[in-house]
Amino acid sequence: MYVAVKGGEKAIDNAHAWLAEERRGGTSVTELSVAQIREQLALAVNRVMAEGSLFDPDLAALAIKQSRGDLIEAIFLIRAYRTTLPRFGGSEPVDTEKMACDRRVSATFKDAPGGQVLGPTFDYTHRLLDFKLAADGEAPQAPMTDAPPAETPHIMSFLDRENLIQNEPAGPEVPDDLTRAPLELPASRALRLQALTRGDEGFILGMAYSTQRGYARNHAFVAELRIGAVPVEMDIPELGFAVDIGEVTLTECETVNQFQGSKTEPPQFTRGYGLVFGMTERKAISMALVDRALRWKELGEDNVGAPAQDEEFVLYHADNIQATGFLEHIKLPHYVDFQSELELIRKLRREAQAMQEAAE
Amino acid sequence: MTRENDPNAARKTWMSLLAKSDAGVLSQIWDKADIAPDFRFLRAPEIGGVMVRGRAGAVGAAFNLGEMTVTRCSVTLSGGAVGHAYVQGRDKKKAEVAAQIDALMQTDLAAQVEAAVLAPLRKIAETAKRTRAAKAAATKVDFFTMVRGED
Repeated sequence: MYVAVKGGEKAIDNAHAWLAEERRGGTSVTELSVAQIREQLALAVNRVMAEGSLFDPDLAALAIKQSRGDLIEAIFLIRAYRTTLPRFGGSEPVDTEKMACDRRVSATFKDAPGGQVLGPTFDYTHRLLDFKLAADGEAPQAPMTDAPPAETPHIMSFLDRENLIQNEPAGPEVPDDLTRAPLELPASRALRLQALTRGDEGFILGMAYSTQRGYARNHAFVAELRIGAVPVEMDIPELGFAVDIGEVTLTECETVNQFQGSKTEPPQFTRGYGLVFGMTERKAISMALVDRALRWKELGEDNVGAPAQDEEFVLYHADNIQATGFLEHIKLPHYVDFQSELELIRKLRREAQAMQEAAE
Repeated sequence: MTRENDPNAARKTWMSLLAKSDAGVLSQIWDKADIAPDFRFLRAPEIGGVMVRGRAGAVGAAFNLGEMTVTRCSVTLSGGAVGHAYVQGRDKKKAEVAAQIDALMQTDLAAQVEAAVLAPLRKIAETAKRTRAAKAAATKVDFFTMVRGED
């Protein structure tokens, strides 16, 4: 039973005022601008865009400032804003083959056409704190090499040409959308991929790691990891043809996994896929591994009972906004609920005591 | 449809360029061009979202990746030309200017707009793209084989 009580308005107002003051921090320190967050905390911005499910670096930076750097709170703000936007339509599926790659590496083919391009990566850094960053320094400049524009074909297309990789089945032109209809199981691959790409990075990482440690191991190689900008094209209803309406930075990970064969199919490799807003490579690799684990049924594999194979477990627990909403509500007043529990336990105590006395 | 036989190719190209341009840069170039035609709104600038889609395995079934912010606007010039804009971000001025440019490009002023607005915008976009590609190219790995120890 819910009983309405009133009170606390003043306390709440003052708590919010104090929050604002604490957010600002010590006034002897310059205030952080949204542009500074967008430019200099770009990977936090990328995570908020990916899990907030809205590509808009300025808004994500604002959300990070407002949330004092609590990224899940920032994602919450972006999700809430997103629901206020009228939907103009859906884009054509982005063509990642045409990506202007900042980074493109393959763990399977050394001499891939287009080459191994490292990009602005943390890999090969020594993970030692750089105290020079604590002092104001000059803006560093990256070296440049003039390069003729070269094609960077997907590595998978080479395996595909030899028929060594499982075919990706086509699907409906307009995919199911879990922001428009409740997620029902079994979920199509389109829904699974949508849930994974906006899922919590830590959760997806943990699930992916569990497959590597042996819970539905699927022997993944990163056939290709690419990061860069792709144009987004949409049909304009007023015109009757499609134009680019913008450009987004994406991270794409394609894994090539253990072969399987059956009576009808020759042995072949299978694939897992990750595609995430922004430069978010840990998330994209994790997504590909979990995507692959969830495909056990369609690929005719055994369900070994591993958590990463359980789509209900993975998809219903990947969303950090749903999770945090339910988790954090238990700190809100449950006075009446708890009063009834308290009454009950007192009554049970009295009865137990009475029985004990009667027995003596 | 290939670019060569697509009657809308030119319009697609300028609309795409405008959609991806930086709002501040576009505003600066537009103000400097000092064209400002008489127009009225068919649709005042409106901020919304577009669901960006990808394909499973880059080639398979489409799926929803997440939304992006887009602002749209439609105008008609006093001469009757109609311009549309669907541009990335939430800048209403950018959408309004882009719609005016789209309309102007269908008038006698097209050459002037091309020279004063689109050409500089294109140059900025190309330079940015080239610079980024050159930085990426500098991080391309040159493999070399070590000499083996044993003869």
